Amino acid sequence: MSGESSLLIDNLARHGVSRRAFIKYCATLASLMALPPTAGRAFAEALAKASRPSVIWLSFQECTGCTESISRSHTPTLEGLIFDSISLDYHHTLMAAAGEAAEAARAAAMQANWGKYLLVVDGSVPMKDGGVYSTIAGISNHDMLMDTVKGAAAVVAVGTCAAFGGLPKAQPNPTGAVAISELVKDKPVVNISGCPPIPVVMTGVLAHYLAFGTLPELDKLGRPLAFYGETIHDRCYRRPFYDQGKFAKTFDDEGARKGWCLFELGCKGPVTYNVCATAKWNDGTSFPIESGHGCLGCSEPGFWDAGGFYRALSMPAEPLKVAAKAVAIGAGVGVAVAFANRAKKSVARTDHQTATPADLEK
Amino acid sequence: MDAAQLFNWVRGSGLQLAVFIFLLGTVWRLIEIYGLGRKPDLAEPRHVPGASGWHTLWHRSIPIPGMMQRAGLTYIAGYGFHIGLVAVVLLFAPHIRLIRELTGLSWPALPSPFVDLLAVMTLAAMLVVLAERLHQPVKRFLSTFEDWFTWALTFLPVLTGYLAARHLLLPYTLTLSLHILSVELLLVLLPFTKLFHVFTIWPSRWFNGDASGRKGVAV
Repeated sequence: MSGESSLLIDNLARHGVSRRAFIKYCATLASLMALPPTAGRAFAEALAKASRPSVIWLSFQECTGCTESISRSHTPTLEGLIFDSISLDYHHTLMAAAGEAAEAARAAAMQANWGKYLLVVDGSVPMKDGGVYSTIAGISNHDMLMDTVKGAAAVVAVGTCAAFGGLPKAQPNPTGAVAISELVKDKPVVNISGCPPIPVVMTGVLAHYLAFGTLPELDKLGRPLAFYGETIHDRCYRRPFYDQGKFAKTFDDEGARKGWCLFELGCKGPVTYNVCATAKWNDGTSFPIESGHGCLGCSEPGFWDAGGFYRALSMPAEPLKVAAKAVAIGAGVGVAVAFANRAKKSVARTDHQTATPADLEK
Repeated sequence: MDAAQLFNWVRGSGLQLAVFIFLLGTVWRLIEIYGLGRKPDLAEPRHVPGASGWHTLWHRSIPIPGMMQRAGLTYIAGYGFHIGLVAVVLLFAPHIRLIRELTGLSWPALPSPFVDLLAVMTLAAMLVVLAERLHQPVKRFLSTFEDWFTWALTFLPVLTGYLAARHLLLPYTLTLSLHILSVELLLVLLPFTKLFHVFTIWPSRWFNGDASGRKGVAV
């Protein structure tokens, strides 16, 4: 890239993106992130001047779905191009280098940008048995994370696995998987949850960081508030049916054909904070509820173990799961107490002393 | 903790904990009570018509002659709230849905407006028995903390359930959470208070009748 400008705007121009399209994109992004109207311009100015930040991307226990979602979701877009505009110095899936050369690239990027690079992590970290369940170049995920995070400016945990543990952490969690935020305590961590997360959320956070040098406002689970501030249910186009009490009872009944609410079919929209219903997927085509399936709640912690994708939210978790244990313990206590009572009775019988009228006169 | 978190807790961990303690306590107390045993009665039993455990089950359940005039309110309000409770708990459609979801068993429900009426009747009857307990010097003298406490434990689920079903007073999620919470409190304490009569009333009545019957006393 020597000789070429490393500014984002020049990079975009090289890819044939007009200034107009860029300004439009910035305005959209600014409004999407609930920034004030004037911020669109500031956003564009700052973003245009931004130079390529170094990004190190670590993939741990994950399925690469997040990388697929963000890098190859559809035909090149501004999001994709902004992705191209960062200096992705290390990413197993995407980088050309392999083996020792790849690890050398990571070391070089860390050294060159110490304290400034952005660390993106997808996947959870296995902690059980010394972290042997996932290693890269012979280094355990835990060691690689802790080593790389030292010089990072901030950490972005992409996908539910990195943000909350995700599928690897689902019961019985055989690898002892933990979320990134459980390990990284001394650096800001942004959780971009979702299985996979929405591309624009990722680029929104990156653009915010590029433009303002800070991370956006986060909710209490460390997710950017602008994207995770409302539930799917709050923004769902089927919400009027919920309010009218019109529910699809099966996936092929009349209600389902009429597009009624999927609450009774297990939709987790009311408790899931994400931007699917407005940002949508596949270049704005649709989101899961539009294709007739309820929300799985993939951007929430522990969604795999939240009691069944097709169980309506109003149904309690399975309280009878504990029934056998309760009855067994109860029977044990009951038998023990019954024996104690019998022992007390027999002691009372043996200690019983008969009294005669003469005794009473003493 | 906001309303949604409270709601999640009461129908998740809270319910699980309550069911656990309820089942544990119930099995424990039943085994403890029936494990006490009785000394063998060596006397020859007397045979008097109308004196037996089965007879007493029925006879103790209807007013003794003359008592209806002297304490009619106790009988009417007492029966009123017990029948109301059973109907509201077991014949309200959402409760049947819950039971079906948990056990697979279900049965027809009463129309919701009728259940509403029964709930109001139950609440009224419970207030009457409370007022009577406060008003009558003998009842008040005999009442202990447990009596007042178990009254509240029984009253609260009906009250909060009615408020939730009718969307009254507080936001629905909160009233529903409070309803479930009050039921959980009831479940937890039921095995360890006089509310355990849910399980023991009929065996006890039979046993008392049987013991009296052996002695030739009809009750």
